[in-house]
Amino acid sequence: MIKAILIFNNHGKPRLIRFYQYFAEDLQQQIIRETFHLVSKRDDNVCNFLEGGSLIGGSDYKLIYRHYATLYFVFCVDSSESELGILDLIQVSLYSVYTHICGVFVETLDKCFENVCELDLIFHMDKVHYILQEVVMGGMVLETNMNEIVAQVEVQTRMEKSEGGLSAAPARAVSAVKNMNLPEIPRTINIGDLNIKVPSLSPF
Amino acid sequence: MALKIVKGSIDRMFDKNLQDLVRGIRNHKEDEAKYISTCIDEIKQELKQDNIAVKANAVCKLTYLQMLGYDVSWAAFNIVEVMSSSKFTYKRIGYLAASQCFHESTDVIMLTTNQIRKDLSSPNQYDTGVALTGLSCFVTPDLARDLANDIMTLMSHTKPYIRKKAVLIMYKVFLKYPESLRPAFPRLKEKLEDPDPGVQSAAVNVICELARRNPKNYLSLAPLFFKLMTSSTNNWVLIKIIKLFGALTPLEPRLGKKLIEPLTNLIHSTSAMSLLYECVNTVIAVLISLSSGMPNHSASIQLCVQKLRILIEDSDQNLKYLGLLAMSKILKTHPKSVQSHKDLILQCLDDKDESIRLRALDLLYGMVSKKNLMEIVKKLMLHVDKAEGTTYRDELLTKIIDICSQSNYQYITNFEWYISILVELTRLEGTRHGHLIASQMLDVAIRVKAIRVFAVAQMATLLDNAHLMTGNVQRKGICEVLYAAAWICGEFSEHLENPMQTLEAMLRPKVATLPGHIQAVYVQNAAKLFATLLKNQEGNTDRTAAQETSQLMIDRLPLFVQSANLEVQERASCILQLVKYIQKLQQKDVEVAEEVIALFAGELNPVAPKAQKKVPVPEGLDLDAWINEPPSESESEDEQPKAIFAKEEPKHSRARHTEVDEKELAKRREARKQEQANNPFYIKASPSSQKVYQEAPGVEHIPVVQIDLSVPLKVPGLPMSDQYVKLEEERRQKERVEKKKKEKKKRKEKRGGRGKKHDSGPESEEDITPAHMVDIVTEEMPENALPSDDDDKDPNDPHKALDIDLDKPLADSEKLPVRSHRAAEALKSPAEDGDAESPASQEPKKKSSKEKREKKKDKDGDRKKSKDDKKKKKKHKREEKGEDLFGGQADEPVVQSEEISEVAAPPASNAAEVSDLDFWLSNAPVPSNAQEAATLAAEAAPVPEKASGTAPDSEPDEPEETDKKSSKHKKKKQKREKEEKEKKKKKKHHHHHHHSDGGGEESVQNGTVEEEEPLPPMSNYCLLAENSYIKMEIDIQGNLQDGSQVVVSVIFENKCDNFLKTMEFNVLDSLNSKLQRPEGSGPHDGLSVPFQLPPGVSNEARFVFTMQSIVMPQKLKGTLTFIIKNEDSSTHEKLDFKLHFTCSSYLITTPCYSDAFAKLLESGDLKCSSVRLEGVNMPFHHLLARICFHHHFSVVERIDSCASMYSRSIQGHHVCLLVKTSGQTVSIDAKCDEPTLLGNVLDEIKQTFSQC
Repeated sequence: MIKAILIFNNHGKPRLIRFYQYFAEDLQQQIIRETFHLVSKRDDNVCNFLEGGSLIGGSDYKLIYRHYATLYFVFCVDSSESELGILDLIQVSLYSVYTHICGVFVETLDKCFENVCELDLIFHMDKVHYILQEVVMGGMVLETNMNEIVAQVEVQTRMEKSEGGLSAAPARAVSAVKNMNLPEIPRTINIGDLNIKVPSLSPF
Repeated sequence: MALKIVKGSIDRMFDKNLQDLVRGIRNHKEDEAKYISTCIDEIKQELKQDNIAVKANAVCKLTYLQMLGYDVSWAAFNIVEVMSSSKFTYKRIGYLAASQCFHESTDVIMLTTNQIRKDLSSPNQYDTGVALTGLSCFVTPDLARDLANDIMTLMSHTKPYIRKKAVLIMYKVFLKYPESLRPAFPRLKEKLEDPDPGVQSAAVNVICELARRNPKNYLSLAPLFFKLMTSSTNNWVLIKIIKLFGALTPLEPRLGKKLIEPLTNLIHSTSAMSLLYECVNTVIAVLISLSSGMPNHSASIQLCVQKLRILIEDSDQNLKYLGLLAMSKILKTHPKSVQSHKDLILQCLDDKDESIRLRALDLLYGMVSKKNLMEIVKKLMLHVDKAEGTTYRDELLTKIIDICSQSNYQYITNFEWYISILVELTRLEGTRHGHLIASQMLDVAIRVKAIRVFAVAQMATLLDNAHLMTGNVQRKGICEVLYAAAWICGEFSEHLENPMQTLEAMLRPKVATLPGHIQAVYVQNAAKLFATLLKNQEGNTDRTAAQETSQLMIDRLPLFVQSANLEVQERASCILQLVKYIQKLQQKDVEVAEEVIALFAGELNPVAPKAQKKVPVPEGLDLDAWINEPPSESESEDEQPKAIFAKEEPKHSRARHTEVDEKELAKRREARKQEQANNPFYIKASPSSQKVYQEAPGVEHIPVVQIDLSVPLKVPGLPMSDQYVKLEEERRQKERVEKKKKEKKKRKEKRGGRGKKHDSGPESEEDITPAHMVDIVTEEMPENALPSDDDDKDPNDPHKALDIDLDKPLADSEKLPVRSHRAAEALKSPAEDGDAESPASQEPKKKSSKEKREKKKDKDGDRKKSKDDKKKKKKHKREEKGEDLFGGQADEPVVQSEEISEVAAPPASNAAEVSDLDFWLSNAPVPSNAQEAATLAAEAAPVPEKASGTAPDSEPDEPEETDKKSSKHKKKKQKREKEEKEKKKKKKHHHHHHHSDGGGEESVQNGTVEEEEPLPPMSNYCLLAENSYIKMEIDIQGNLQDGSQVVVSVIFENKCDNFLKTMEFNVLDSLNSKLQRPEGSGPHDGLSVPFQLPPGVSNEARFVFTMQSIVMPQKLKGTLTFIIKNEDSSTHEKLDFKLHFTCSSYLITTPCYSDAFAKLLESGDLKCSSVRLEGVNMPFHHLLARICFHHHFSVVERIDSCASMYSRSIQGHHVCLLVKTSGQTVSIDAKCDEPTLLGNVLDEIKQTFSQC
């Protein structure tokens, strides 16, 4: 079982949290901080396993993490999961492929967001959740075939589009106008650029 | 209204969406909290609007804020609103928010039940998917109970996308609502063989999770998983299965034997590291479970260790880590194989990665032996010096202590060395583990009597140098050691070299800076020391020394009397007064030493930590009973206690005696003494009780010290453990030389035997004798302590509730709650929609486990069910008749046929399941007992009477028996894999074959027919008639319940694209045989078939025929009429057929004991006949299987190429066969009480074999 999936950046800012066991919000934040503390002090060339934090799990639980660009992907799992399998699930490693399944999660993000970066996760947390839901469900790995996952995500995105999406174009136009008043115009443009990318989510 | 909507959407334009919110937060880095609180206010406004799009947008933003740690549970109701939107986009947002912030105590969850149910049955698979995903995160016991049945239906959904989600979520449902496990399990099991790999993987996942917690309930699935393991190519699934086997093998060693080979193959063949690693892990688990008495597995261990070495040597830190992890598992049972890689592991201690260093340390723990302990600890001590971080150093320290103290100091040959190590460890800077070292010192000193002299000397030195430890603030942790030092010096003060000096050290003013609890020990033990000193000094003629000692105490103790610590103060003032009194007596020249010593007499024995828990409750003592009545019923207060303890001795009752006379007191004292003698917890004044020192008879007689002379008793100054290493080496060398000398002598005496190998071989464990005669006192446990170790189990574990026996048949009460009719069910075709479609919920009868298993393999539940029923009836009848035939034998617990045992009683079905597993497991090759095989062969005389008379009753359930048999056919193991695959194919492809499979199983039960080679697929169903619309296949079976009836099962298969209805089945009766028609219908009326057939669907109907005579085969003409209905028209059609009743179809497979069989043959009532078959080109067991299958015989006994078989007709004729084969010729000698029947049966057998 996977007990929790945490994604945070190099500064410990959460980008996605998914607990498969209930923790109150403050405890969740505490767990994130503790996990960040444990993970961030490790070199990049040491192993990716950590024997659990004190808040989450206990002796049977392990933290399996990968450091990917500016992000940490941390899975808290118990002994029923294969350590190498989970690593592969997060991301293909550069030097060896353990399970011969593609690095499902990050690769899928990469495909769905076209070269995913931290900004994509920041602004589209909901979409990342939807992708994750196709990989892991209720703490158990649902699908390991990347093509299948991408296909399902795509169909659902299309469905959403056909319904007009959550924020239709006019709203975005208005909000863009609203943002003009903000002091940092250059940044808004920058991010606006990113915004334009959103509708063309699945171009393959 | 319309205006309002327009207004809403205009408002919406000005709403922030998620991206705006995120951007806003990023732009307000300095006052984030304030910004967010205004955002939350906005969100609250948005949630008040009617527009669902606005609400959804707000909920989406809330989800983001929840991630940042804001509690959004106040919006739970709005989340539910968004969840119930009909638009997928909004629904998805709602469910996401719910899955992030709902939990069991969210009260709005109960409002969601109907919404979720609606979504689950939505025609859009993604609505269903979203609902399942959400539900998996917030399912509550109530939701689980209400929705279990809906989810179970989804497990058979047409879309694999839904199926896999439904399967996976079942695990959550089981956890919350354990009652659903048993009804849902058959279908879950069925999903293991789902054509979609994702669904299959999900099912494996769920069962693995279930089995991990309660493995014993899933042992019966082992064959199925084995099949999956050998057929699956999905590494993810394989890993799960292999992990599962790892959990199962400890329960069933035979499973392990079976696994070794395929796992070894996988290890050799796979290139996926994760798979390799899990295989190695499971092989290790297998080897652990087999650890006793399987010498030929050293190859497997070697393979594992070698593969792990490769992992550890890999540059990939992850592999290195896991390699070490797995290595530590091998270590537990096969330390020798790991010890040879000591170099590698010690190397890992230097790794830069702390995780790896810690793993390597773990490994060291198990790698020590008497031989290398000192060397390893020396290495670790070096690391302690080098280690930079305190955490790692502390870890090292605890490991050193763990390593040395493991299994009762098993590996320590020289305790002086160990004490020196402990003393050296006290010099560590800033360790937190002073108390650990202290407790070790205490433990060793108390339990190893021989070391006390040395320990006391060392401790005295420590006390003397206490300033080294107390001086530095950094070293606070370590002063705990002084606690131990003081106690040891006081308790064993008789061994002190210079007690006066130690006493002085203990009473130094500096001691007052120590923590209170240590000071308390100092004071107490100073008193002990004082007592010893007095005793020594009173022996002298000079009395002044004793008085000086007293004066010292009186001078120094006031310091402690002023202590702020209560306990120190209390003890000090007590002892001070005592000493003052002693001093007074001394001045009067009174001898006081004896009396003072008596204060501290007696020995303290170590008590096991769990001892208290293990004291059994004495008989008759009810811990829950009131000692005093509850206060409300105060009237009978005086009598009550007596009533409870009436049966006990009066002394136990805590009656309130206000005055007790002298006699009574004496009596009580006596009783107490007796009680104490029997009480293991009472620390006795004299070490007389033998049970404490069970391992060392007559402890008192053991000399206190027996130290090898090569080890100097006292090392000047603080000890250097290294010296001991050197000394130990020398000692061992010397010992070896001596031993060799002795051996030589012996050999000379024996005139030089063959003992050469002892000469040069490496020193073995046993050769190393400990330097001291060490008497390790074991920890005390109460008498008749309960051995159970269930104290580790967590009573709150949710998985405890899932410890459910899955093999037991389902009871009526276990149905899942069903909610009337739903759209989902209507979608299914009427044929499939039978009772059996949701077997658990609607099946009224108890099902035997076997049937359950069969059921899940067969999709056409309805037909299957009817068959099952029929079979059940048959079995029932058979059981009754069995009793007739065998008299009392039928009552015997050993049941010959699995089927009988299944029907006999519900609990027996479980046994049958187990025996199934037994059978599967017994296929593993077992070292054969050659002698037994030989005798068996010798008994294989062709005369059946003799064979059956001498051979033991064949009991297929008995594993030994099958083992014996299987040992004869070792080769079959390789073939089994193939066989299993084939079986699977059969099951999958056609229901007919399924039936044949049942037949195969039957023959197995009665003999060992199927063991050797895969049997060709066989089917009982043969084509009856066919045209372009419909196909009919039939199977004819005798009716067990009525001797004159035959049941014809007909499968109707619709081959056209139209609906078939109003089918009517009619047969022209003959004189001998009649179709049974319902009452009131004429002799020529047809029987209507009780179902309609949609296109492509098949279903089964049964017709009963009454027979007058069964000795001749029969042929009947018949017609089937039906209506083909398409959209605009319907046409009548008919199909003619000829029903052929063979004599074999009047026979019923009946098991027979070999002795009953022999009796039958001896009776002489039977007529003989025989037949010869030429050119039969098939293995003997195939031949037997065919006879069993097509002609309903069972094998009574089989010896090599000769078998006796038995069957009975529906009218009770016995038919016995003796089948022999040589080359391509098969001869069948047959006996029967009805020669015509026999002749016909033999003809039919002949025909069967001429066809193939």
